[in-house]
Amino acid sequence: MRLSHAILEKNAFLLLIGTLVTVAVGGIVEIVPLFTIETTVEHVAGVRPYSPLELRGRDIYVREGCYLCHSQQIRTLRDEVERYGHYSIAAESMYDHPFQWGSKRIGPDLARVGGKYSNDWQYAHLKNAQQLVPESLMPHYAFLADTKLSTNDIVERMRTLRAVGVPYTDDQLAHAKQDLLTQADPGADPKALLARYPKANVVPGHGRPTELDALVAYLQVLGTMVNFADPATERRLAQ
Amino acid sequence: MSKYRVQDGALVDGGPLTYNDDVVRKFTIAAVIWAIVAFSVGVYIATELCWPSFNLGLPWTNFGRLRPVHTSAAIFAFGGSTLIGTAFYVVQRTCRARLWGPPALANFVFWGYQFFIVMAALSYVMGFSKSREYAEPEWHLDIWLTIIWVTFAVIYVGTLVKRREPHIYVANWFYLAFILTIAVLHVVNNLTLPVSWFGSKSYSLFSGVQDALVQWWYGHNAVGFFLTAGFLGMMYYFIPKAANRPIYSYRLSIVHFWSLIFIYIWAGPHHLLWTALPDWTQTLGMVFSIMLWMPSWGGMINGLMTLSGAWDKLRTDPGLRFSVTAVGFYGMATFEGPVMSIRNVNALSHYTDWGIGHVHSGSLGWVAFISFGAIYYLVPKLWNRDGLYSVRLASWHYWIATLGIVVYIVAMWVAGITEGLMWRAYDSHGFLQYSFIESVVAVHPFMVMRLIGGLLFLTGGLLMAYNLARTIAGTKPLIPGLAAAWPVLGAAPAGE
Repeated sequence: MRLSHAILEKNAFLLLIGTLVTVAVGGIVEIVPLFTIETTVEHVAGVRPYSPLELRGRDIYVREGCYLCHSQQIRTLRDEVERYGHYSIAAESMYDHPFQWGSKRIGPDLARVGGKYSNDWQYAHLKNAQQLVPESLMPHYAFLADTKLSTNDIVERMRTLRAVGVPYTDDQLAHAKQDLLTQADPGADPKALLARYPKANVVPGHGRPTELDALVAYLQVLGTMVNFADPATERRLAQ
Repeated sequence: MSKYRVQDGALVDGGPLTYNDDVVRKFTIAAVIWAIVAFSVGVYIATELCWPSFNLGLPWTNFGRLRPVHTSAAIFAFGGSTLIGTAFYVVQRTCRARLWGPPALANFVFWGYQFFIVMAALSYVMGFSKSREYAEPEWHLDIWLTIIWVTFAVIYVGTLVKRREPHIYVANWFYLAFILTIAVLHVVNNLTLPVSWFGSKSYSLFSGVQDALVQWWYGHNAVGFFLTAGFLGMMYYFIPKAANRPIYSYRLSIVHFWSLIFIYIWAGPHHLLWTALPDWTQTLGMVFSIMLWMPSWGGMINGLMTLSGAWDKLRTDPGLRFSVTAVGFYGMATFEGPVMSIRNVNALSHYTDWGIGHVHSGSLGWVAFISFGAIYYLVPKLWNRDGLYSVRLASWHYWIATLGIVVYIVAMWVAGITEGLMWRAYDSHGFLQYSFIESVVAVHPFMVMRLIGGLLFLTGGLLMAYNLARTIAGTKPLIPGLAAAWPVLGAAPAGE
């Protein structure tokens, strides 16, 4: 007797089980090993969790849907590396919950926009992009400069991220509010902030940070954490 | 209970059988309304990409917040309402069984789903988003949708189980695969940890490269199972019905079904070629994407060949013309997709408007057209009318919408390839020839052309809405005297 498809056609539950098993295979084979294979994420120095102000900036980046026009993923193609810098490596987004690689470039890639422009340029451009780049299609984000950054749940946000795997230390949690204010205040001493978050970029927030301050702090750290000129990094990537 | 019975000799243990068409009517009206909303928002954000001052400088009207409104309205509101409505219609007829459960349960699915859509749209505009493409709503809405979806699945499977036909008809396999797989994708992709139980912000359980693949495993299979498998179920019911022909090949249906659902799920990594995703995953994604061409075209052939001996109906039935053209666009989009997932083509096409064009040849040409075909078929039946208010108007809809799609995708091909070529162009000194903004300027005419294509498509949609409204309001019943009777009965007669 040969197997007949009629068996499945006549039993709703067999059809249901058969369908579930069939669609499960591909996802399991492709996704599960990404969590188990050691080489999926490179072990390079420099990648750190976002500072409190950067994290809030990232939340705003997510909220405003910036990823719909800007990718954060430089592909391993010659022209992309020349235009945007070293190709993106997995380690650089290992603390990104969620990832922001994007899928469309209505504007340029932002994976290494950090430090490429001055703080002043970023503020002016975000408020009115056409003033600096007349042909730009970017909306105006001047309203971010008028919105005071809500900071009261910053510790809860960091604690939530710690629960999903971002290694915030107790020290970082304890000083979250203070670090956030310091990074938006050029008058404050950034020493402790920089010890906890190396390469953090202090923005001119006058002690009462706005959403725009947070967004600029986030943009200015993008792609700057890993030092690709370091021979140790090169050796890691060659492996 | 209706005294009208199925006029078919096959039904021996009949008893009074009425279908729950009330919920189908609701979903049909919702689908038409959401279609207009989705197309309108699409046209508006297309305008923003031509002239950025249309962003108005307000938080609520920026492209970044409105784009998810467009995609969700198109996929979940318009597509979803059509899918759930037709699934309820088809499963009852092909099983010869009334929907499982009390009518209130089906109504719960309808109102719950509409509530989800409205809340999702409001939340994007107000600035709540997980930033997962096609899964932007925050966690509390995700949970709500899960409840609705499980209820939908229970009603659907319940109806399959209590069927009075020995076999489960092929359309139901596709609807079932769509319902089950979307449930799995939705739950896994939206695993997040809320910051607080009273706030809406949450962070994804996954990060970076793993998060990217989970999202595109979801994203691509939202296309594969929401926008493909479900609508294939529609194809397998409405084309044979409208053409009055059996499916071309039963065997091909079986091969089509199992190979399609097995292969589709692997194709997600083609959204992440040349990225930090490991090479082995990228290669698997590319290979399976190319393989996917075969089941896709198997399905297309099965749909088109069903018209054998009934091609003349295309001249007289604009609804069927929509359905058949949809299958043609399906064939085109499912050929283009595998081509674009080849690494070297993807190096050119990814991040450009070619991708947008590809998506719209699928969503406008396939999803919207197969839906229009089903809706034009359903409305006269559901409201017991003697055909459409105006066949001519439906024909105008067909030609205007087709022209709109062609204008749209041609504009996006040219724009996308222009962008891809300009980004990689080198001058004679070995430097990159163009700055990014030069590519933005170069494609401006095609952004305007795309807007015109979208406007044409929206115009067609408005003609449809008017035509259907007049059909529903019309006074010509199929069987004299019956039109006055059905609202009292609460259901249309089961026989067709």
